[in-house]
Amino acid sequence: MMTTAAEARQVSLADIRKVLEADLLCGSDLSVKVRQAEAADLMSDVLALSEPGMILLTGLVSNQVIRTAVVADLCGVVFVRGKKPGEEILRLAGEAGIPVMSTPLTMFEASGRLRDAFLNR
Amino acid sequence: MAIAEIESSYEVAGGDFTNAGRASTAIKDTLKRLGVPPAVVRRVAIASYEAEMNLVMYAKRGTVTLAVNPGAVTLRIEDEGPGIGDLELAMQEGYSTATPEMREMGFGAGMGLPNIRKNADEFRIESDVGRGTRLFIRVNQAV
Repeated sequence: MMTTAAEARQVSLADIRKVLEADLLCGSDLSVKVRQAEAADLMSDVLALSEPGMILLTGLVSNQVIRTAVVADLCGVVFVRGKKPGEEILRLAGEAGIPVMSTPLTMFEASGRLRDAFLNR
Repeated sequence: MAIAEIESSYEVAGGDFTNAGRASTAIKDTLKRLGVPPAVVRRVAIASYEAEMNLVMYAKRGTVTLAVNPGAVTLRIEDEGPGIGDLELAMQEGYSTATPEMREMGFGAGMGLPNIRKNADEFRIESDVGRGTRLFIRVNQAV
């Protein structure tokens, strides 16, 4: 699991979508400001180490990703490597108000670009 | 803040990964509606979710019971399942008996019980091998 620097600049979900060349699959308000990101496939790590308002990059596609985001007060989820969640996952996210994106980038590339975005904008 | 004393129970089915986490998200909604401070809600929800995942992964069935009092939020998680033979070992970070299927869900890395304890002001665990496990979790409302 990787977490970006705590003192990084805020970027919006719209900025993140652009930087990650991501498709928006769920959610409409992309003006939400994000201060931190984390990259993890292990939801227990997310529950143990995340801060409220973080955005999650993950290669894991399951209902548990959305429930983890809800429980840990995350601001959104980005699935990497072009993974597309099924209808059930998107329905859960919609009900919970969790924005969901899918980026064609790898976890490594997406993490690097986000880190740059947080530090250099 | 005035918070009425309430108690509610949620049935959880072992092995039902599709619905795993529903009880905990419902508990979170209830606490938010009652005006419990967000930091307390988050700690309870995380503890509840880890416990609920353990129940789904290992037990046959069980219940999660939420109680809200002016001073604290408490959870009781009771399951019918295999129990835990060595509680001290089970509480160690990284110790796990999870199957590959559980790990594919993003859980089963031996972080659950330590993470529950971390989020609780009081944490008790009792287990009878072959019968089941009982957790008690208290999170204080006062900062």
